[in-house]
Amino acid sequence: MMEIGLSHYLTLAAVVFCVGVYGMLTRRNAIGVLMSVELMFNAVNVTLVAFARYVTPATVTGQVVAIFTIAVAAAEATVALAIVLLIYQHHRGINVDQVNFMKW
Amino acid sequence: MADTTMQSHAWLIPVFPLVSMAAIMLFTHRRRALSAGLSIAAVSLSFLYAWAMAFAVWGNPEAQRFSLEWLDLGASMHLPMGILVDGLTAMMLIVVTTVALMVHIYSLGYMHGDTRYSRYYAYLSLFTMAMLTLVLADNFVLMFVAWELVGLASYLLIGFWFEKQSASDAGKKAFITTRLGDLGFIIGMLMLYAGCGSLTFEGVFGAVKSGALGGAMLTTAAIFLFGGAIGKSAQFPLHVWLPDAMEGPTPVSALIHAATMVVAGVYLVARSLTIFISAETAGMFVAWIGIITSLMAASIGLVQNDIKRVLAYSTVSQLGYMIMALGLQGFTAGTFHLMTHAFFKSLLFLGAGSVIHAVHTNDIREMGGLHSKMKTTSVTFLIAALAIAGIFPLSGFWSKDEIVAATLGHPAFTVLSLIVAFMTAFYMFRLYFLTFTGTPRDQHKFDHAHESPKVMTYPLIFLAFLSVVSGWIGLPWLHHGFSAVVFHEEPHHAEFHYGLAAISLLVGLSGMALAYLMYYRRRINPDRLAASLPGIYNTLLNKYYVDDAYTLLFIQPYYAVCRGWFWFDQHIIDGVVNAAGRFGILWGKSQRWFDETFVDGAVNGVGWLTRGFGGTVRYLQTGSLQNYAFVVFAALVILWILQ
Amino acid sequence: MSALSLAFYALAFLTIAASIFVVTSKNIFHSAIYLILALFGVAGLYVLLQAPFLAAAQVLIYVGAVSMLMIFAIMLTARIADTSIRQTNEQTVTGLVVSLGLLAIIVYSLWQTPFPISDAPMPEGAGRTLGRLLLTKFVLPFEIVSVLLLGALIGAVVIAKKDPQRREPTMPKTPLPGATQEASR
Repeated sequence: MMEIGLSHYLTLAAVVFCVGVYGMLTRRNAIGVLMSVELMFNAVNVTLVAFARYVTPATVTGQVVAIFTIAVAAAEATVALAIVLLIYQHHRGINVDQVNFMKW
Repeated sequence: MADTTMQSHAWLIPVFPLVSMAAIMLFTHRRRALSAGLSIAAVSLSFLYAWAMAFAVWGNPEAQRFSLEWLDLGASMHLPMGILVDGLTAMMLIVVTTVALMVHIYSLGYMHGDTRYSRYYAYLSLFTMAMLTLVLADNFVLMFVAWELVGLASYLLIGFWFEKQSASDAGKKAFITTRLGDLGFIIGMLMLYAGCGSLTFEGVFGAVKSGALGGAMLTTAAIFLFGGAIGKSAQFPLHVWLPDAMEGPTPVSALIHAATMVVAGVYLVARSLTIFISAETAGMFVAWIGIITSLMAASIGLVQNDIKRVLAYSTVSQLGYMIMALGLQGFTAGTFHLMTHAFFKSLLFLGAGSVIHAVHTNDIREMGGLHSKMKTTSVTFLIAALAIAGIFPLSGFWSKDEIVAATLGHPAFTVLSLIVAFMTAFYMFRLYFLTFTGTPRDQHKFDHAHESPKVMTYPLIFLAFLSVVSGWIGLPWLHHGFSAVVFHEEPHHAEFHYGLAAISLLVGLSGMALAYLMYYRRRINPDRLAASLPGIYNTLLNKYYVDDAYTLLFIQPYYAVCRGWFWFDQHIIDGVVNAAGRFGILWGKSQRWFDETFVDGAVNGVGWLTRGFGGTVRYLQTGSLQNYAFVVFAALVILWILQ
Repeated sequence: MSALSLAFYALAFLTIAASIFVVTSKNIFHSAIYLILALFGVAGLYVLLQAPFLAAAQVLIYVGAVSMLMIFAIMLTARIADTSIRQTNEQTVTGLVVSLGLLAIIVYSLWQTPFPISDAPMPEGAGRTLGRLLLTKFVLPFEIVSVLLLGALIGAVVIAKKDPQRREPTMPKTPLPGATQEASR
């Protein structure tokens, strides 16, 4: 096996990202969708940190961006879950395919 | 140079009644006594001024003219306004103010209790003002203005009791008929203006005398001018309005339709005598109109049964008499008779009013024997009847004699005027005997009859006095008599024809005698006389069918033409309009169909298409975010593969 | 095979497997547990990438906070834990195709891209450098993120708060047809 390098990390991140995409497209439960989105965030973070390690090791700017991503993701998760709770209060259910007020 | 202050301020005379009219109409119309008082006070002032000025004129009969610029439109139009005071004016002023004052006072009693008392006095003031202006005018324009104003006042007063259909009809008839004459007046005026460029008496007569205006033009103008007199003075063929005008209150008849307004035509002819002397044809025309009217009216008066109508026809007849005299250039005769006639005819009317006031009817067949009940009225009426019949020495004798004298040289006129005098005496005494003597024919009315109040009888007495003495200023042996003051061109001394006087007196007396025999002594039965001459009797009773002729010749054809035009309007004009309307509706309907089918169809079609397309495509919008996200990623993959 | 490689593969396997379970598990609660596992794997990867501060933040924020939030939400919407409810929608197959296609694209581009790889080792004291950068060069984004977090906090409270007075005219009060069926099931 070859030396572990940037490509390995990026491939891993791609796989995790695509898994997240699949989950986002298929889960009915709104919280499930959210968890899929978190997976996609993490995949992106992995690429950022990997680039920081292998492309610009002198500066750690990739890690800084990753920190901001984590913070924004946390804020996103907070608000999204609050919305999920609100939908639940109104509908007694949080299946995304039922929340289609935007249609026609 | 004599003092002319009186004459120069003569314009004040019509101003007094003008002020009282305005005051009554604007301020005091709610206060009846005050209104009447104002009116009487105003006419009294005019009366006093007129008499005072008459003495001034007597002393200085020179014509005085006072005028001021009124309308000056450069060289093309120049109309001064002013007053002219001479013997004729002074005489007319006396006549108008005297009779007006008597009528004003008399009306206090006669109109007592009328609902429109104040208005009545306002109208009387209006009339007095207009009539005084008419006789004072020094030009045709001002005269015409006043002429129309008296016509208006006459209309208002004839129709004063306009609740009565006949009264309001009579008012309209009088107004329209006289308007026909006024049309002649105005045409004559315009012709005179066209001929000599002036409308003042001075200018026109100067032009006529100098020969600048003459020939056929002057004759035509004179005849048209005389048209005004025909209308106003009720001459044949426009005499029909005057008998109907008796629908007005009787004092009004006395003032307007006996003594003043109706003599405006006579005054016009007298004033314009220069023209009629120059245009001899016109003069003869005037004379013939006068005598025809006189004869006709007198003969109609023979058979009428309405006391006021008899007097009305008598007035027409006497006016024709005066006109005839003027047409024959008997200036003094015409004007003298104008004055005396004004006094005794207004007295007759006021006496008739007193009778009507007492018995509440106009029909002499329901009267009789009233002498015992109404002595003052009866005696004054008798005096007036004697005066009009021309009995010595009352005023009518002198003036009538002058008229007959004026016809000398025209035998036909002499004979005809004597016939008129005979008929006049006859119908007056027929009236007197039927009204005041004999046995009462309507006991009920007789029982309720009573003498009129003093406010009515005193004017009668005063006028009776004038009826007796007013002729004396024309006494032949009085050197400075009527003709020395009221004259045409030159003061002169009227001659007296003893033979003619005797004949006319005889004629008058014979008329009286016949009436006496028929209606007092009953020697001749008038009914049998009427039955034996049915054609004549009915013709007279129907006033020579003049009214019927007018109805047949003018009114009915006019109605027919109106009906024709009405039919034309209804069927042709309306038809065209309706056809246009129908076409418009039809056109509108077709437009509507086009609009609804094609225009709306196009619009709706676009809407339908859009809606259908949207209805199909809308299913793409699932509303599910996961679908959208799927499309995003799928698109990414597909684009990459395609690339 | 070095220990580092072994660790990477182990962590990679753990992360991918946990991720797959997250998106496929029938029980949403299990999904949350697998998510925690996957997040731990990512934290391990950070350690391998010599970013210990990030690894610590990953564990603290994701594992400690976000996952707990998820679990709270799941428990508040209790019936969703019922495994009898179908957890996927009708686009499973197409979703899978698209995901695999996407993966193929990414991996293909990955291998095609010549990354400018630097052989330099991570300098010492990377954590200190990171802290200095955050408070000097990136101080403005840092502050903005803090404000964003505050806003999110307040927003979450306001959104989730039960307000009896509030009317929601756009959202029908009655349960949707699908929800009623599922509730009665």
